[in-house]
Amino acid sequence: MQHGKYRFIVGFLAAPLGLYALLVIWPFIQSIYYSFTDWTGLSPDFAMVGFDNYQRMFDDEIFWKSLRHSLLFALLLPLVTIGLALFFAFMINVGGRHRRGGPAISGVRGSSFYKIVYFFPQVLSIAIVALLFAFAYNPDSGAINSVLRGIGLDGVQPLWLGDPNLALWCVMAVLVWSTVGFFVVLFSAGMASIPADLYEAALLDGAGRFTTFFRITLPLLWDTVQSGWVYMGILALGAESFAVVQIMTTGPGGPDYSTTVMVLYVYQKAFRDGQAAYATTIGVALLVVTLAFAAVVMRLGRRERLEF
Amino acid sequence: MKTTETPAPAPVPADSGAGVSRAGFPADGKPGGRKREGEVLNVFSHGILVIWAIMVVMPLVWAVMTSFKDDGSIFGSPWSLPDRLHFENWARAWSDAHMSDYFLNTVLVVGGSLVGTLVLGSMAAYVLARFEFPGNRFIYYLFIGGMSFPIMLALVPLFYVVNNMGLLNTIHGLILVYIAYSLPFTVFFLTAFFRTLPTTVAEAAFVDGASHTRTFFQIMLPMAKPGLISVGIFNFLGQWNQYMLPTVLNTDPDKHVLTQGLVQLAVSQGYKGDWSGLFAGLVMAMLPVLAAYIVFQRQVVQGLTAGALK
Repeated sequence: MQHGKYRFIVGFLAAPLGLYALLVIWPFIQSIYYSFTDWTGLSPDFAMVGFDNYQRMFDDEIFWKSLRHSLLFALLLPLVTIGLALFFAFMINVGGRHRRGGPAISGVRGSSFYKIVYFFPQVLSIAIVALLFAFAYNPDSGAINSVLRGIGLDGVQPLWLGDPNLALWCVMAVLVWSTVGFFVVLFSAGMASIPADLYEAALLDGAGRFTTFFRITLPLLWDTVQSGWVYMGILALGAESFAVVQIMTTGPGGPDYSTTVMVLYVYQKAFRDGQAAYATTIGVALLVVTLAFAAVVMRLGRRERLEF
Repeated sequence: MKTTETPAPAPVPADSGAGVSRAGFPADGKPGGRKREGEVLNVFSHGILVIWAIMVVMPLVWAVMTSFKDDGSIFGSPWSLPDRLHFENWARAWSDAHMSDYFLNTVLVVGGSLVGTLVLGSMAAYVLARFEFPGNRFIYYLFIGGMSFPIMLALVPLFYVVNNMGLLNTIHGLILVYIAYSLPFTVFFLTAFFRTLPTTVAEAAFVDGASHTRTFFQIMLPMAKPGLISVGIFNFLGQWNQYMLPTVLNTDPDKHVLTQGLVQLAVSQGYKGDWSGLFAGLVMAMLPVLAAYIVFQRQVVQGLTAGALK
């Protein structure tokens, strides 16, 4: 298959690689370069300023706030989301009633129904979900406080997004709500491919369901859990947290910067405040955080691959 | 691992003789205890699962209900049923609030991007999967790397790159950007897919005198159809629901896509006060995707989970 091979390779790679290099790789390289300049983004003139932007960043209180929030997102969101999803997936696949003579372990009735419903938020745009919950959280006319009034909790009417102490948790809850279903379906598919005789053997040995979960299901599912963890963390640091924070919280960024995250701060510095160079500096910090997060999860999670 | 549905537990005939199917298998080691544990767990797990299902569905039902109410009752009693179906909310959202324009823009952008992503992505993936050449690994990792970088970092200079090319606030400019940012996952997924396809068919075609290009379009692409469908659904949803890229690169209100248009609408309703119209717009944007998901449920789930399982 040598005839005309290189001409073909070049012909096929040129367009995708060219487009990718121009619109993705080149801007990344540029932004790292810009972080050492005083470029405003408004005029084409700029000068090199060395590490001034980084200096400024380390003294910037709002930057530290956004970094803290972003780290909280990256650590807590995968933990809660994946924990809940594993729990639901185990219930769906293994929590069923044992029928005499049936398989040793079985899913609940209507398991496919639950999976269909849980997946709903995944197909909706995060922007639409954020808008919907911004209304649901409305203290006066929103769905949530109205439910609280309905069940007699008239005294409990939080301001939700308006309360600096609550706003961040409200935003995180929305991200959990919208991503759990994806992981339930993902883990269910993984659990379905675990051979039933492993469960049967464990049950024969007298293991309860919960031992079964920690000794059999989780270890065999570990690869999926790990890649899900990285995936969720990257989303929580990037696009998803941008959309929910920008759309849902006032400012945007919340009362007293209580919900601002790094990705939003980059956006605001570049496109609202005309400080493009400083924005790329924060962006570089975000890049470092993202890569460090992925590296840590991959390293901590490394264990022997189990074949089954 | 496969992404197929959980096989439903084999139906077990009520009682008589069912035990034969698993002859001699003492499923209940400690008959009393294990059984009770099973019952409790069953009730418990159903309870939890139902509660989460309600939590998922209620906000959506609330949105649909609200879209048919008038503004007064939206504020007065958020959970009451509409006094009658106010279809005029929907009409207002569709025409006055420009939802029809946003729909059209989104269809144009996503249509163009999806085709472009699949064509360019499969071309690159095929070459990377099937041909040895210097730099193959490097180019592959260049593409893959794009999956883990924070896109916002690139968007700051990209805004000016796109602006200098005269592509800012244009539909075709947005299409090119969507394609470029969809390539990492598409190339990653399709490269793995092309590697699994048998090489013999392509070799036979080549021996018979077909060119590389012809072999690709007439032999390999049809063989890769299942992979193209999965990654196509993944990209369709990602591009249809995209919010960050258009927010930065598409600031002209006439060119807004759905997600942007809705957010813009929500901001401007602050002083116009047409909340019912806004909810109608929200539901309008929500329902087609949900309906398509319910119809193509199996394919959608496979498409979205395929990447994470490989």
